[in-house]
Amino acid sequence: MSCCAPGLGQHVESGILSSDELRHAARSLGDGTAQVELSVPGVHCGACIHTVERGLSRLDGVVSARVNLSTRRVSVRFREDKMPPLAETLSGLGYPPHLFDETSISGRERTLTELLRAVAISGFAAGNVMLLSVSVWSGADGATRDLFHWVSALIALPTLAFAGRVFYRSAWNALSHGRMNMDVPIAIGVTLAYAMSLYETFNHAEHAYFDAAVTLLFFLLIGRTLDHVMRDRARSAVMGLARLAPRGAIVIAPDGSREYRPAGEIEPGTRLAIAAGERICVDARVTAGASELDCSLVNGESWPRRVEPGAHVQAGTLNLTGPLTLEATARAEDSFLAEMVRMMEAAEGGRTRYRRIADRVSSLYAPVVHLTAFLTFLGWVAIDGDWHKAITIAVAVLIITCPCALGLAVPIVQVVAARRLFERGVMVRDGSAMERLVEADTVVFDKTGTLTAGRPWLSNLAEIEPAMLAIAAGLGAHSRHPLSQAIMQAAAGQAGADDFEEISEIPGFGVEGRAHGSVWRLGRAGWALGRGEEIVATDRSGTILARDGRACAAFRFEDVPRTDAAQAIRALRQAGKAVEMLSGDTQAACRQVAENLGISRYAAALLPSEKVARIAEMAADGHRTLMVGDGLNDAPALAAAHVSMAPATAADIGRNAADFVFLHDSLEAVPFAIVISERAGQLIRQNIGLAIVYNIIAVPIAILGHVTPLIAAVAMSGSSLLVIGNALRLIGMRERPVRAARGAAAIDRPVQVERA
Amino acid sequence: MTVLVYLIPVALLLGGVGLVAFLWALKSGQYEDLDGAGERILIDSEADDEAAPR
Repeated sequence: MSCCAPGLGQHVESGILSSDELRHAARSLGDGTAQVELSVPGVHCGACIHTVERGLSRLDGVVSARVNLSTRRVSVRFREDKMPPLAETLSGLGYPPHLFDETSISGRERTLTELLRAVAISGFAAGNVMLLSVSVWSGADGATRDLFHWVSALIALPTLAFAGRVFYRSAWNALSHGRMNMDVPIAIGVTLAYAMSLYETFNHAEHAYFDAAVTLLFFLLIGRTLDHVMRDRARSAVMGLARLAPRGAIVIAPDGSREYRPAGEIEPGTRLAIAAGERICVDARVTAGASELDCSLVNGESWPRRVEPGAHVQAGTLNLTGPLTLEATARAEDSFLAEMVRMMEAAEGGRTRYRRIADRVSSLYAPVVHLTAFLTFLGWVAIDGDWHKAITIAVAVLIITCPCALGLAVPIVQVVAARRLFERGVMVRDGSAMERLVEADTVVFDKTGTLTAGRPWLSNLAEIEPAMLAIAAGLGAHSRHPLSQAIMQAAAGQAGADDFEEISEIPGFGVEGRAHGSVWRLGRAGWALGRGEEIVATDRSGTILARDGRACAAFRFEDVPRTDAAQAIRALRQAGKAVEMLSGDTQAACRQVAENLGISRYAAALLPSEKVARIAEMAADGHRTLMVGDGLNDAPALAAAHVSMAPATAADIGRNAADFVFLHDSLEAVPFAIVISERAGQLIRQNIGLAIVYNIIAVPIAILGHVTPLIAAVAMSGSSLLVIGNALRLIGMRERPVRAARGAAAIDRPVQVERA
Repeated sequence: MTVLVYLIPVALLLGGVGLVAFLWALKSGQYEDLDGAGERILIDSEADDEAAPR
């Protein structure tokens, strides 16, 4: 269990799904049961599967629960009349669940099934046709050879029709839009080879190309499937991590009745009841209640913000301490969240222009292949005048220039690289992300939640008496406030004093408890010391434990840097990348972090649009940026950057904008991803080089007419195996540090970057 | 020569059986959670019966 028992703080901060939300997401199966799919990113291993399935199955009303480890999902069937407390149980077990958007996933699964079916069928056909061909090559002749050829033709035809569809469809699609892609020569080559072979078989000729056509299809389909698997796997895992998705809220009707309504149906003016621990789903104004909000995902500020009646709150913030009554001021689609999505879409332009290496090469490759084959045909007609011979040789040229390096080797390198990254907790959205990562020369970090953990940490632990700490932890255990959680974490392992009689949380101020006749208060200095609620401490270090109005201990907090942040930044600098920090948090908070981590350039208090502007400015200077950020306010910048990375704890629109998502706490993921991507890039270039060398050798032989089907099949398979073998070298590669320093920037005092 | 008349269909049939078996497995969702399938072997079967009624 050691690998997978999630830490305490993890699930405390994210709002727990309500039963109403679950009921909305569940699909009725018609027989009195309903099924709901939940994303459980915490599931890692067999023990997790066991814990989750057993825990859920024991609940009253649950019919079955099954975990899918690959996609980190659990599907639960339950009786509709009896809604079991699924979310509470899972959170209690340490696996906080999330809902996810299912519609976008099912389409991709169908594609994968179709591809796998095509691979299976073409593999079957390739095996059988190859066996028959071997018999022909080893000397079968006369009627036997014709029989073998006919059987081959019968096997190959349905294979082409079914497995070849993938290529025919794509080739037709490209041609009908006046474009060229790699599938056009594949489709033409395979069809021509089949037609030619059929003609040969009719005329009892010696050679046929059925084997080459089918094997080519088989190899290319493997590549296509790998490519698909890689994109799909990471994407579904990323989508499954929805964290900032308040899907609705409890609406208070004018007559006082309460009802749950999805976010899309909430109109401005509607009154909403938001309990402590829930996320707010639309922009709104507070009408009653006082509380503190965690806005870190929205604007990057690491400290909770106090709200009172009249205050405006933004969609996506998390209500921490007390219940609030809100009045919606905007619809969900007009809220801050939606505005971020629009900005993101506007910013994404730069990235969509990027074309993958394979695409760039294939746009050259396809016309050259066709032209060569066509010229060969014309040449042989001119020299020899024999149409049949000219066509045969042209087909041989088309087949022998098998685009395996592009169709097979590039995806396999990327799959192996993605697998290695996945093992270290980094998920890749698609292959082009790795190529773009290699090109990045500047790394831009967000502060809160990225460089820092976004959680406060008790920094003066040594100055606090253990007895007082234990009392504070006993009080703090009753609050969801991040500072209380920090005290509890600091006190872990020490006996907690929880013999309090009455404990109450005063939203926005702190926790109060009675024990042995005295009143203990943990919270804001002014309130804890009993100077009335009007004194609001502005000093952030003003958290105090007081007994009957006398201070017993003062707590100071810091936002801790993420694990290995300093090493990661050093490694990036050694690799010759410039490092910069952009944050929405205050100047002082940024300076402290920048100094601690040795970041020389930073800009504080930026709006989301200013972050985008800064990245655009760098792009205009010819820099390619890697943006690493987590918040909602980073999402447009993530989309604007050349390549982007986000931690799994990020807001989900931020994560959907990112090319890489890392699951572990450590920032080492950033340099590691760069190292692996560079290695993958090298191997891809080597493979393309190998393919070019192979063609330089093989094509002239084919043009001169010396290629029999045997030689074509052997050469094609050989080149495929060669590039696959080369790609697999990535598995054994050691993780050496990124390239040696190329005039690494000197570390000096932080300089604030001028705001655009 | 005549033996081929039997052998070729037999070879194709055997291969076809394998193909159909794969397609059936694919259709019945046995490839949906390859990681989980690997891990489930390690779960105690006794505890598993109690855990996941199917």
